[in-house]
Amino acid sequence: MKQMDAVQKRLLQEVAGLHDIPEGAYNLRANGESIGRNTTANIDIQSKSNGSGIDIHIKSGTKNQSVHIPVVLSESGLKETVYNDFYVGDDCDVLIVAGCGIDNCGTQDSEHDGIHRFFIGKNSRIRYVEKHYGSGEGTGKRILNPVTEAYLDENSCMEMEMVQIKGVDSTNRETLAALKANAKLIVRERLMTHGQQQALSIYKVELNGDGSSADVVSRSVARDNSYQKLDACIIGNAACSGHTECDSIIMDNGRILAVPSLEANHIDAALVHEAAIGKIAGEQLIKLMTLGLTEAEAEEQIINGFLK
Amino acid sequence: MLELKHLAFSAETENQKNEIIRDLNLKIEDNQFVVITGPNGGGKSTLAKLIAGIEKNTAGQIIFDNQDITEKSITERARMGIGFAFQQPVRFKGLTVFDLLKIASGRKLNLTEACEYLSEVGLCAKDYIQREVNASLSGGELKRIEIATVLARNVRLALFDEPEAGIDLWSFQNLIRIFENMRNSSRTIIVISHQERILNIADRIIVLADGQVLKEGSKEEILPEIIGTKYALNACEKLEG
Repeated sequence: MKQMDAVQKRLLQEVAGLHDIPEGAYNLRANGESIGRNTTANIDIQSKSNGSGIDIHIKSGTKNQSVHIPVVLSESGLKETVYNDFYVGDDCDVLIVAGCGIDNCGTQDSEHDGIHRFFIGKNSRIRYVEKHYGSGEGTGKRILNPVTEAYLDENSCMEMEMVQIKGVDSTNRETLAALKANAKLIVRERLMTHGQQQALSIYKVELNGDGSSADVVSRSVARDNSYQKLDACIIGNAACSGHTECDSIIMDNGRILAVPSLEANHIDAALVHEAAIGKIAGEQLIKLMTLGLTEAEAEEQIINGFLK
Repeated sequence: MLELKHLAFSAETENQKNEIIRDLNLKIEDNQFVVITGPNGGGKSTLAKLIAGIEKNTAGQIIFDNQDITEKSITERARMGIGFAFQQPVRFKGLTVFDLLKIASGRKLNLTEACEYLSEVGLCAKDYIQREVNASLSGGELKRIEIATVLARNVRLALFDEPEAGIDLWSFQNLIRIFENMRNSSRTIIVISHQERILNIADRIIVLADGQVLKEGSKEEILPEIIGTKYALNACEKLEG
């Protein structure tokens, strides 16, 4: 495989927690091309014939294995749209780590739009971790517009951890899920925006089978002049249970619009939403200051804890 | 030693000046266990907040260990060794008990050390150390964690603002035990309390009313005068009332 430079390695570390090449199946994409791939007996990765992305096939019964498909962009002005499809068989237990890091030192915008689709078989458990990170001093924007679609078959479970803490100028994130009987979706989103950043995060979860459930929790912090729109909708079409929570801290001139919504189309659909936005409570700062922290240190601790 | 000289605090409400602490003079010697009692609205909590720097006095001086700390911030006072346990402990989403104890200790605290502080306040450490300091904890649990954060700081002057407020009788029994243990350590402790059992372990008792010291003296001198009044309640009265 091709060698990665220091910037790419740093991005890889940020988005996938990887110092080097991961164990197990992986596909590393840097500046628009695949620079390394490994498949295993149970996990196959193939490029799509039209070159627009990859198909990942995970055999039924695959347990305790992982797939890493991180993307790094370190060239200014690069724009790409990538389609990655995951076909997960029945009775699997697999960790999937995706994520994108952009370093833009130039003046042109860099953009990566990743469209991930998951077809999850019966009784399978998937843990999906997606981290987004941007860096670089250039005036060119770092843009990420991920789309995640998940189709959960009976008794399957998907846990999504979505994190975007730093450096992404503009993001428009869309997550769609459809669940069959007794399937379960858990989403933990953490988002922090600063400067002039804009972030839109939209969830649309359809609970179609009896006994299906979803728990979508978003915690976010908007600092400086940044703006966030959090839109989480759960639709109950069966005897199901759903919970969505948007919990946000605003600082400086940050603005947040939270639009949690529920739609019940079945008498036994039990749906709950919660939303709260506010600045850091003065008494929280005072408490930590009485423990010897400065106001700035106290603020940092509170934010770190909140987004942990 | 803590010395308050001509201390005053007034809060301005709509064209009305409300004097909460009025020309208050007080000396508290090192390593004493002092309990401040007195009627509600007498200025007790305000006094504790003035010492910790949470409220800023409008006149007078605060001298701590021969240094004038009147102009010092909350953080500076905390770093000089003043600790403050809130009457209503603050909740934090996301911060765990362990995080809070680490911040309090100001050093790299290991799990064993953190657990010791929790044991000291009667909490089973393994059940609590990774819990978030949020609404899932009861009033009594929060109170004890609050006290543990003060213990973890190893302060020279610890202020407790009505530690008995908002806890049940069972937790109160434990609380007394914690204070009895603390009494044997070498630090100055100021507790704001109406509770007879806390007054009973005091070296000195101060009765604060109308923003001034009404009475001050040893437990032997003061307690007989105030016992049975609303300044020295027993646990059941307080809880029923």
